[in-house]
Amino acid sequence: MADHSARPDDVTEALSAELLLSPAQVGLSGDDARELYRLMVLTRLVDERMWTLNRQGKAPFVTPVRGHEALQVASARALVVGLDWVVTYYRDWGVGLALGVTAYDCFLSLLGKRDDPFSGGRQLPGHLSVSRLRLLSPSSAVATQIPHAVGLALAAQLRGEQAIAVCYFGDGATSEGDFHESLNFAGIYRLPVVFVCENNRYAISVPLDRQMPTATVAERAAAYGFPGVRVDGNDPLAVYQAMREAVERARGGGGPTLLETLTYRLLPHSSDDDDRTYRDPAEVASWEAREPVGRYRRRLEALGLWTEADEVALWSSLRQQVADAAAAAEQAPDPPAADLLTHLYAES
Amino acid sequence: MAILTLLEAIRLGLREALAADERVFVFGEDVGARGGVFRVTEGLLGEFGPRRVIDAPIAESAIVGIALGAAAGGLRPVVEIQFADYVHPAGDQIINEVAKLRYRSHGTWGCPMVIRMPFGAGVHGGPYHSQSVEAQYFHVPGLKLVVPSTPRDARGLLRASIEDPDPVLFFEHKRAYRRIRGEVPEEPEVLPLGRAAVRRAGDRVTIVSYGAAVEEALRVAETLAAEEVGAEVIDLRTLVPLDLETVLASVRKTNRLVVYHEDTRRGGVGAEVAAAVAEAAFGDLDAPPCRVAPPDCHVPFAATLEAAYLPLAPELLAAVRQTIAY
Repeated sequence: MADHSARPDDVTEALSAELLLSPAQVGLSGDDARELYRLMVLTRLVDERMWTLNRQGKAPFVTPVRGHEALQVASARALVVGLDWVVTYYRDWGVGLALGVTAYDCFLSLLGKRDDPFSGGRQLPGHLSVSRLRLLSPSSAVATQIPHAVGLALAAQLRGEQAIAVCYFGDGATSEGDFHESLNFAGIYRLPVVFVCENNRYAISVPLDRQMPTATVAERAAAYGFPGVRVDGNDPLAVYQAMREAVERARGGGGPTLLETLTYRLLPHSSDDDDRTYRDPAEVASWEAREPVGRYRRRLEALGLWTEADEVALWSSLRQQVADAAAAAEQAPDPPAADLLTHLYAES
Repeated sequence: MAILTLLEAIRLGLREALAADERVFVFGEDVGARGGVFRVTEGLLGEFGPRRVIDAPIAESAIVGIALGAAAGGLRPVVEIQFADYVHPAGDQIINEVAKLRYRSHGTWGCPMVIRMPFGAGVHGGPYHSQSVEAQYFHVPGLKLVVPSTPRDARGLLRASIEDPDPVLFFEHKRAYRRIRGEVPEEPEVLPLGRAAVRRAGDRVTIVSYGAAVEEALRVAETLAAEEVGAEVIDLRTLVPLDLETVLASVRKTNRLVVYHEDTRRGGVGAEVAAAVAEAAFGDLDAPPCRVAPPDCHVPFAATLEAAYLPLAPELLAAVRQTIAY
């Protein structure tokens, strides 16, 4: 069996250091930098509340974000909301919140409520879909959304629109045929699309070295004739910078980019998973020490962009906002049984 | 009226749709310079250019998945799968994505696209160029299924399929492509989905069929007519929506039902039609509903084996006689 502890991995090392970039270096103002932080904290708190609701028996199923906040929020903030097409997978709550999905929307989805804006209570939680945000409904099947993003990019190119398409997926999705077929096609037609791989090192329980023989996901882009870029996914400024570059390349006619964001899922794959069966708690703890929210806060403080008072005020205000949203969603009506057969076809 | 083959009529429908709606594009393997391996899209690349007629690499799942994205992005893709036998890699995209998009998004997103595919046996194509796959998709909510048997229907139903807001699988019998000829109106015609056609009236037995099998059924009806036995032949034309009303009206008149198709027997369209008729019109039946279909077997290559697989007019005639004599 392969020994994955021995695989070359520059990122573990990079991640253990404190952050070095400043907002100005990546073209962001202090306000922009603080907004990134606010969205990361909002994502963290929504995620925590969802987990709690699951443990209380109120929410049947959750796919936690914890650990992915920086890359999700920062990459989404590099897009033009309402112009660029976004296709997510089931862990992308932070992408949605950064685009304009509300905490209330998230809890309506979590609880399968009538007014769940993504699916009216039909989909498992977290399958984001909002037409005004150009956020396309995904299924739960792994990697099937990748050709959809390519098709959106093809439509934008054929219609002469400025829009680009972005597709999010995990490292597990890169083993599927749809990953290869889609990147191949996007490369052939140099489509305006950015593929964002959230590499959290496990496809549920299977570690990277049993998913792929290459050391990185990014290097696979070479086979499709476009750049593959690897970035510290727990550094929002680094992700923002890399994403901006990829988005500009796509919008400028330079074709696709495969952006590999390195991160770590700090909770189990889902509320039905038990990660203690396949991960060493010491490994999880080592990544908890490098988790993106605290790491970014320390950087903002070091740059003089954030204070203890800011911290207390933000968390307190967002905690209240999230608690109110969850409570309101719990009271919201369930879908009526009579809704079962609607929208099977356009006329129904 | 022009006399066209089924294939020419499909090409006419494609050309008309491309000319009428700039959102429409043709997408698939070899559809460009080659004009498709059956030549259905011949000439379209020259007429409409490479932004409207797009060659794809051999990747059926991505072809359908990309078409879904393009449809969500405001276009109207018309996909060609080279043979129905090769739609299977795209099954995940069709069943999990295309069919469910509208439902799972509570009507927010639609998937207006057509997936055309040549199907059917009787061409010495062996197990991978002869399959009938319609029953597999007949079972999937969210799709529409169209199987034209005449050139006029092929053109008019294709236009309707392309205009439809929902995904349509459009099955083209490859044995019929050049063999079946018929009148097609000069003026563009869009025929509604969901309506069966009574191809021949009769009062002794109802034969329900679709696709190239309709031609065989009409041959049987002709034979019976010479014996002054009236067989009513119903061409379903679209399997979903299924026009049961037309079938039931006929069975209430003839009191006998034979369903005949080229797809295999178990869990097929015939099973559904027979069950639905038994439920709705049991008291009108003078004989058990009868299915005439190939055995649950793959399509073999050798002529003797393929002939044993595929029931044609003689086998249908025997079954109809039995049903009448019951």
